[in-house]
Amino acid sequence: MTEMTAERKLSALEERFPGAVSPDTRPGYGGFKVEPAKLVEVVTALRDELGYDYLSSVTAVDYLEAGVIEVVYHFYKSTGGRALVLCAQTPRDNAVLPSVTPVYPGADFQEREAWDLYGVKFEGHTDLRRILMWEGFGGHPMRKDWKEAYYEEDFKPFESRWPEGAVRRSEDLNPYGANVVYPKDMTNPEKVTEEADKLLYAKLDEEAAKIGKNLATDFVTVNMGPQHPSTHGVFRMAVVMDGETIVALKPVMGYLHRNHEKIGERNTWLHNMPFTDRLDYLSSMSNNWGYALAVEKLMGNRVSVPERAEYVRVIMAELTRVSNHLWAIGFLLNDLGAFFTPSLYAIEERELILDIFEATTGSRMMCNYFRFGGVARDFPEDAWNKLKMLVNERLPRMVDELDVYLSNNEIVGARTTGVGVLSPDEAIAYSMAGPVLRASGVPYDVRRADPYGIYEEFDFDVAVRYHGDCYDRYIIRMDEIRESLKILQQAVKRIPAGSVLDKNPYNVRVPAGESYGRVEGPKGELGYYIVSDGKANPQRYHVRAPSFVNLTALEKMCVGQKIADVVVILGSIDIVLGEVDR
Amino acid sequence: MYGNGILAGMMVTIKRFVATYVDDLRMIGRRYYNPAGIEYRRSKDTKGIFTVQYPEEKLPVPEEFRFIPFLVYEVQEDGTHQDRCTSCGICAKVCPPQCIWIEQTTHPETGRPVPEPVEFFIDIDICMNCGYCAEYCPFDAIKMDHNYELGSYDRHAYHIFNKERLSRPVEYYAEIRPDNYAREEAIRREKEAKKAAAEAARAAKAAE
Repeated sequence: MTEMTAERKLSALEERFPGAVSPDTRPGYGGFKVEPAKLVEVVTALRDELGYDYLSSVTAVDYLEAGVIEVVYHFYKSTGGRALVLCAQTPRDNAVLPSVTPVYPGADFQEREAWDLYGVKFEGHTDLRRILMWEGFGGHPMRKDWKEAYYEEDFKPFESRWPEGAVRRSEDLNPYGANVVYPKDMTNPEKVTEEADKLLYAKLDEEAAKIGKNLATDFVTVNMGPQHPSTHGVFRMAVVMDGETIVALKPVMGYLHRNHEKIGERNTWLHNMPFTDRLDYLSSMSNNWGYALAVEKLMGNRVSVPERAEYVRVIMAELTRVSNHLWAIGFLLNDLGAFFTPSLYAIEERELILDIFEATTGSRMMCNYFRFGGVARDFPEDAWNKLKMLVNERLPRMVDELDVYLSNNEIVGARTTGVGVLSPDEAIAYSMAGPVLRASGVPYDVRRADPYGIYEEFDFDVAVRYHGDCYDRYIIRMDEIRESLKILQQAVKRIPAGSVLDKNPYNVRVPAGESYGRVEGPKGELGYYIVSDGKANPQRYHVRAPSFVNLTALEKMCVGQKIADVVVILGSIDIVLGEVDR
Repeated sequence: MYGNGILAGMMVTIKRFVATYVDDLRMIGRRYYNPAGIEYRRSKDTKGIFTVQYPEEKLPVPEEFRFIPFLVYEVQEDGTHQDRCTSCGICAKVCPPQCIWIEQTTHPETGRPVPEPVEFFIDIDICMNCGYCAEYCPFDAIKMDHNYELGSYDRHAYHIFNKERLSRPVEYYAEIRPDNYAREEAIRREKEAKKAAAEAARAAKAAE
């Protein structure tokens, strides 16, 4: 569906809600403004009548000078097509908006994030706690007038670096100096923690009370994590159990939070590229691509990507998908208790892929390879030869071996079949993305649904499985590796000669406007929402992290299952904490 | 039959297990602790154990590998060191974590800036090895190093590199990155030839 028809459909909405919906007329913006009072009504009509059933991203933007905070919603149809963007404004000093969670439950964590970082109160949200910062933290850090510890200046490059070059360590800047507002009881960290947990446990009790206690047993609350081998990082699940059965579960995150987005808004456009590597550090190439795509969209005809570069991008992104899925499968087996033999078999192949990355980009994981208008450099010859051997010979063979090794294993089947089931409707409602969505029987893949790059030129299928349980989430990754190899084999054969980079200025200029670039990352839909005011730095830089949003449905999948299955369910979602906590 | 899947899986592990020893015997004396063996273990044909016994064995790093920048200087005929760096400040501007500080030289009499840095600092604790400084330097004066073993006992004393610590001769650069060096030299020679030709043409014109 084109944007034109989207507009026509929305004009029907305009008629139905006179005065409530109007096109966003600011230059460079393509969405629609909605009156906050009518928001829930409008989005309900959007979902039920126009078919925009997938809410991809919810985020806030702080327009300090205008004194408003704007919340931006990106809607898609689960059958494919372009975005429909809505925005609702609210005054900065009393930021209140109605919550869309009753209509789109997938907005849950994203609204909590907007509350945490921007201080927007969502009325009707049943669990509006902070999510990345801790309860009791002073202020809302993404607001433009909030200053971090180590604060130097609003924008990079910082003045002190050149030509006087006054070197010093940043930790010499006093973090408890006058530039930060800390909560009053910060002197007593114990108290801050206690407060945070009080709200969390109150919420858990509330949900447990709905179920009602069994006469003979008492509920037990257990904290899995933050230090727990199953969490693949620092992640905590507060679990209420009836015997061994999960009654309620709340994920607690933010232990790795570094306010990536605030850093991103201090950075210049170019500076952000290596920072995106560190989001989902297992698949830096896809992260690069999403960001490059968003910025290139906004730059329009000022930049063009050479054809060879488009092929190189596809090759790199698909290699990343293969290596990420190998990792995910390997460590899912670890979570099942098959310690390290399967994961090391999988990692061996991943090492060979990383060798290619290293020879081409200079780094195994922090690739920093994409530029606006291409990629940084071409393949060296030996890496290219190795790549051809890998995608044509070794990797297909090894995937088959892995398949024989694991897929029919009775223990794997017993532990994963029917565990953590998510129905297609739930998967869409919870804004799940990537393999998790497709394992639930929704054939939604951004590469096909809203193509970017040159994916339209390749012959491949969207992998889909229909049971929505952990086994399908495992096997779909195997399917996707095969599909990726198909794409790779075509790309390696057809790649044209030529340059891989258009031009590469260090002071990138981006015209004013908004843009949302999304790619099908290995973990799901990875989106970058950026707003430019024409300056050298982004006005807003937001990451729609698939790992983070996919956790929204974790509780849904876990309730009713046994405690040991929680580990498997979490493993089957495949999260990376660098991306969850940002 | 129940258990077929497990048995099939076990066969895979047994095959791998046997392959390890067959490989060891086939390549006896050549598989470990020698460069050809390391190359074999990271090739597409590798079978069996593929780990490398660091630090006794080290993987060779590819040319593009990047780790902490260094400054390139050229040794003049009289033995003095001439920095390629002109302290234009582009590397400090493109540095994402802002870990580069450059102090420009000023002429002692006129007070005007001289195209040479008097000091150059990189805080290697902050450096994220992105390689932007090397990529955007218009004078090929800052390049990424290959030495990744930088452990020290006191980060406060050793982890801010100054110009002296960062400087390396151009021969070192040519050694670790031969292809890049050859490419840059070719471009430079071409430019110089063009310049010389233009000058010759101008001289010829003046002579007329």
